[in-house]
Amino acid sequence: MNDSGPAARTETQSALAGQRAAPGSRRFSGDAFFHAAAVLAAILASVTLFATVIAIAYDSWPSIQTFGVWRFLKSSEWNPVTQTFGAFPFIVGTLVSSAIAMILAVPISFGTAVFITEIAPFWIKRPVAGAIELLAGIPSIVYGLWGLLVFAPVFSEIEPWINRSIGNIPGIGLLFRGPPMGIGMLTAGIILAIMVLPYISSIMRDVFLVVPSSLRESAYAMGCTTWEVAWHIMLPYTRTAVTGGIFLGLGRALGETMAVTFVIGNSNMMSPSLLMPSATIPSVLANEFTEATTKLYLSSLIYLGLILIAITLVVRFLAVLLIRRLARGEGASA
Amino acid sequence: MTGVVLRRRVTDVVSKILMGVATVIGVFFLFWILWTTLKFGVAGMHWDLFTKDTPPPGFNGFGLRNAFVGSLILMGLSLLVGVPVGLMAGTWLAEYGFHGRTANAVRFINDIMLSAPSIEIGLFAYAIVVAPMGYFSALAGSVALAILMIPIIVRTTDEMLSLVGSDIREAALALGAPKSVVITKVTWRAARAGILTGILIGLARITGETAPLLFTALNNQYFSTNVFRPMANIPVVIFQFALSPYANWQQMAWAAAFITVVFVLVLSILARWFLARVKTTR
Repeated sequence: MNDSGPAARTETQSALAGQRAAPGSRRFSGDAFFHAAAVLAAILASVTLFATVIAIAYDSWPSIQTFGVWRFLKSSEWNPVTQTFGAFPFIVGTLVSSAIAMILAVPISFGTAVFITEIAPFWIKRPVAGAIELLAGIPSIVYGLWGLLVFAPVFSEIEPWINRSIGNIPGIGLLFRGPPMGIGMLTAGIILAIMVLPYISSIMRDVFLVVPSSLRESAYAMGCTTWEVAWHIMLPYTRTAVTGGIFLGLGRALGETMAVTFVIGNSNMMSPSLLMPSATIPSVLANEFTEATTKLYLSSLIYLGLILIAITLVVRFLAVLLIRRLARGEGASA
Repeated sequence: MTGVVLRRRVTDVVSKILMGVATVIGVFFLFWILWTTLKFGVAGMHWDLFTKDTPPPGFNGFGLRNAFVGSLILMGLSLLVGVPVGLMAGTWLAEYGFHGRTANAVRFINDIMLSAPSIEIGLFAYAIVVAPMGYFSALAGSVALAILMIPIIVRTTDEMLSLVGSDIREAALALGAPKSVVITKVTWRAARAGILTGILIGLARITGETAPLLFTALNNQYFSTNVFRPMANIPVVIFQFALSPYANWQQMAWAAAFITVVFVLVLSILARWFLARVKTTR
């Protein structure tokens, strides 16, 4: 606090100067104006959330009227020529690609978070944590470019091997049979996993640091191994916020557009194989929006966007709620 | 007994190795992506990129001047909208709302907006700007980018203003300064490094955003500064050129991606530098 003393003094002096400069009566109206502007900005920032839903619902109205809700959700026909539209393949594509991403990203994020908080020696913690955070900074378009032109060719070399090994297992093998194209549902899931990894692991890392050291050290003192402390002490203690972090990552994965559009192959034919091209709601929007020539086509695309909003809003709401619960309980920002 | 000890030891060692591997996977992909972007980006670098406009399809040559200028205009416009709104909303939270019911509700909504998929915001900007005006426009693109930026600025401003000690605030109030003067001349100044961090992070967030621009600013083959019409911009150029059959267009996509990544990295480093200053002046 000592070194903020002189700084504070100059600040107060300039504040005083500012006050002298303004005549008495105008001072108060200026104050009211400032307050009003702040209130207005706060309203504007919050109303956007509701306005988004309302505006998009309004624009999708022609399609809602034509196809209804249930019929649109379960129909898998998407045909601009006959003007028949259904959302089913895209909903499945969105959910499956995000599910693959979560199956891959959650364990890796947990491992990374525990490694950084518990295992890594001090000098390695900061650079590694910084590197993982950098992943979050790379724009999604670069992920897409890299995924299509660099990762997909490499992955198409691995796919025949997947075909031969996992593809031959009865039952589950059905998911892993297909032509080695390098692009498709699985590729999209892998790229999404890399993209959401930094979000999930940084939330986990933050909340693991909130675990009281008394708890952690008691366990170590009783002879617990690092794994036991992580799995039986830290994870149960931070369960709610960790779930919130996973939902946050899921929200990202569901709405991700560019990276997925590049690598998923963009086919609205559904296939049981994860190696086959597919499409998600964001990818079909990115591909077809500017080509939508009729009003019904356009509003059906926006209707898809409305469904996406409905899904992600629930996920994001849960994410914020769960992350905040721990933060409030511990009085720490997570 | 030894069996239990052995099992625990083995579980511990194996789990530690797996956690190390998990960390290596993340770092490995980071370096792979950065390395290829650097390799192809530097190979595609050409002076003409900055001085000439995009060549027509099938023609040789390089040029992205129109897209660079367009991206700068889009960013400038979104800063013009996003910074005042974000700053004032964050100020309201920290200086007027405190931890009341309304302020906490606004914080909650803001946190939900923070993770909004950019494609939804793009559709929103289409609905409120493009559809009524009848044209795809750079203006609509900036609206979408500003909406993406605002929650970040709101949150950082709120947090940074809350860090300012109550002593200097009270000292200013005790001298008879009205609240608006206390905020603008005392608390904003004390928190300026932190507020700037938020703006830089917000700018980094929108730098590579492509999805919202597909519904709003589109792209433009030609040089244009008319904000009421489609405008060329770097992210959409990367999208379109990467999928094109022309070698020089693909090369330009890599060069543009490289410049975007470098720009984002510089912004993040700057943001971190300012954030470090926040801690030392406290």
